Amino acid sequence: MFGKLTLDALIHGPIETFGQLSVVMGGLAAVGLLFYFKRWKWLWSEWLTSVDHKKIGAMYIILSFVMLLRGGIDALMMRGQQALAVGDQVGFLTPDHFAQIFSAHGVIMIFFVAMPFMFGLVNLVVPLQIGARDVAYPFLNSLSFWLTIAGATLVNLSLVLGEFAATGWLAYPPLSELAYSPGVGVDYYIWALQIAGVGTLLSGVNFIATIIKMRAPGMTLMRMPIFVWTALGSMLLVIFAFPILTATLAMLSLDRLLDMHFFTTDLGGSAMLYVNLIWAWGHPEVYILILPAFGVFSEIVPVFAQKRLFGYTSMVVATMLIVLLSFVVWLHHFFTMGAGADVNAFFGIMTMLISIPTGVKIFNWLFTMFRGRIIFATPMLWFMGFLVTFTIGGMTGVLMSVPGVDFQLHNSLFLVAHFHNMIIGGVLFGFFAGLTYWFPKFMGFTLNEKIGAYAFWCWIVGFVTAFIPLYALGLMGMTRRLDYVDIASGWHSLLVVAAVGACIIALAVCLQALQIIVSVWQRKKHVAGGDPWGGRTLEWSTATPVPFYNFRTIPQVHGRDAFWMQKQAPHTAAHEVEDIVMPKNTAMGLIIAGASFLFGFGMIWQLWWLAIVGLIGVALGIIIRSFDDDIEYVVPKEQLT
Amino acid sequence: MTEHTQEKVTFGFWVYLMSDCVLFASLFATYAVLHIATFDGPRAEDLFSLPFVLTETLLLLTSSFTCGLALLAARHHKKNLTLTALVATLLLGLSFLIMELSEFRQLILEGHGPGGSAFLSSFFTLVGTHGAHIALGALWMLVLMAHIARKGITPGTTRKLMCLALFWHFLDIIWIFIFTFVYLFGFISL
Repeated sequence: MFGKLTLDALIHGPIETFGQLSVVMGGLAAVGLLFYFKRWKWLWSEWLTSVDHKKIGAMYIILSFVMLLRGGIDALMMRGQQALAVGDQVGFLTPDHFAQIFSAHGVIMIFFVAMPFMFGLVNLVVPLQIGARDVAYPFLNSLSFWLTIAGATLVNLSLVLGEFAATGWLAYPPLSELAYSPGVGVDYYIWALQIAGVGTLLSGVNFIATIIKMRAPGMTLMRMPIFVWTALGSMLLVIFAFPILTATLAMLSLDRLLDMHFFTTDLGGSAMLYVNLIWAWGHPEVYILILPAFGVFSEIVPVFAQKRLFGYTSMVVATMLIVLLSFVVWLHHFFTMGAGADVNAFFGIMTMLISIPTGVKIFNWLFTMFRGRIIFATPMLWFMGFLVTFTIGGMTGVLMSVPGVDFQLHNSLFLVAHFHNMIIGGVLFGFFAGLTYWFPKFMGFTLNEKIGAYAFWCWIVGFVTAFIPLYALGLMGMTRRLDYVDIASGWHSLLVVAAVGACIIALAVCLQALQIIVSVWQRKKHVAGGDPWGGRTLEWSTATPVPFYNFRTIPQVHGRDAFWMQKQAPHTAAHEVEDIVMPKNTAMGLIIAGASFLFGFGMIWQLWWLAIVGLIGVALGIIIRSFDDDIEYVVPKEQLT
Repeated sequence: MTEHTQEKVTFGFWVYLMSDCVLFASLFATYAVLHIATFDGPRAEDLFSLPFVLTETLLLLTSSFTCGLALLAARHHKKNLTLTALVATLLLGLSFLIMELSEFRQLILEGHGPGGSAFLSSFFTLVGTHGAHIALGALWMLVLMAHIARKGITPGTTRKLMCLALFWHFLDIIWIFIFTFVYLFGFISL
């Protein structure tokens, strides 16, 4: 009846108990507040059942911030452990708990911070930039979001019930096989990612269809804003990479559940097959994250340099080249596997090649700024920070693309420093820039510039303090994922520096929270019109905050930087206002995702009856939805004037 | 249901099919790597019967033909003909599924279940994933028949039928690859 679930699953050490309590208390506090302010109905009808791309985008970003706090606490605990556990001291974390924390940190930061942040921005901005009223399939969009939430809930549930994987964020076998990880940790990992992964895949389909089929009249492909291009590139990567993840995790799960032998050490299984497959998804994944960040900068730099973007065509070509090349570099994650000199040389050269289109983009932004009248608002500060950190990270990446060098640096802290350089200095800074830039469009007021600048400086100082020492430690030979260092190694002082850096980053995150609170407080003082920054693209042409139907009349596009052209030479020929057909809100996305959560939970704890109930729930939800013809409503034109 | 919506849905479905194609590509790649990892157990040529698989193939190909007929009948707004063709497709698909399951059952009874070796794991997973898709398609077909019986041939039901037909033909193509690379190559490989 209860499968592997026993009361023991609730019993943990003191630190885990604190984690358990914070999750439960946090949940109860949210529920309590909703009751206290009587906001359940509002939450349900305005947000939870909404299919509006703007609201779904906002919810993605809220998810991302909540999970950033969780992943950030993981990071602080790791840095704290490494700063304290030296010589006679063993620190405050057991080795197994430390392993769970670094696994959870990686999984959360990639899948539940960076991905939702990216989908949040894409949801908010892409339909507006192409002059559309919503995405191609609004219901599917809501379903995708709720599947992501189901995955995130499973990851956090592992804090309360049972344990998380102690295998690293990619769960390499044979460690992740049943023989070495008999607990439910790896199953939490598998099913959280499977469910969230399906959501991501459906979003990919949705946005490709949106961008290809829903552009306003006159917006040819080569007139699309670069952010839309990079979103398209990213979504193409999603639909070609995520099925590989699904298949790989499914096979790992079959190994664990049905005693199969894909990746086991016996009966012919091959662990290296898993590593190849997971990186065939994993490398495109990093470009899924970074391409939209590139897109954000391509929007921000022209606006704040007050010049049109330099090299539009080369930007597009570079984006699509990155899409192609990202599928032929995966082996650089394991040069030491022993594939032979020829194979390593091929993947090394491909890795060096992919830095060329990236370099093209950097130069394009620089040339856009050249002789521009640059306004150093916070989005631009994030861009400048990005430019420096990302270039350093890029260079260390090219360094490691030389197989001989990689043999020395493989699995060291040098690598850890490199990818944090790319993900924080590249992806995260890009998304923060985008959030600051587009925030006024949706909220009607700008974020506090002063606190924003403080947060930025704390981030960049903290980042340098936390990660530059790791480069040095890596060169000194320190491998990653150590929960204890010997005093004689001489690594300890730099680890303390890195821990200080992590604290500065924590301060930066607090300042960001403060920035939002203060900005909401002073919202009357910083009211933004429709176009607070002197924007160039269509999202700035509509009212602020954006009405639920986005555009009263669908704009006619005559060239790149459509809104800029319109401001220079206004078209007097006003369009006739027509009735607007909009999708109706529905709870079905939430219900189907809830059923898939039950399915995942059943699979994790081997509660087969629950898994079957969940699966039937998903099927019934889809079938009932297919019979529902009443999914749209008409906004009469009289209501629009 | 405007023409634009039709086109949008069909396009999106194509995009989904491409991603499903990658899912199968991953499983094919796994099979390509692991089919020699028999760990001294049986190999493909020891296990499979080609006439049996040929029958399966013919069933599935015929079901694709009847599925095409259903779409054609829907284009001509012939409701009963559409339903008849769908019933035929469903029956053919189910017969295929029953044959596949009996092949699996046979193998497991002989002691060559999916846990026997890496080769057997990859075989069962690749072919089984295709079978699961067929089962899903059959369920979808039942639901669609209920739609058509209730609403008749409308732009909405035609669009759904169009997507189902794409899905069914796609599975046919995947099966041709399975037939070639798993079964036929299994007999000529050294």
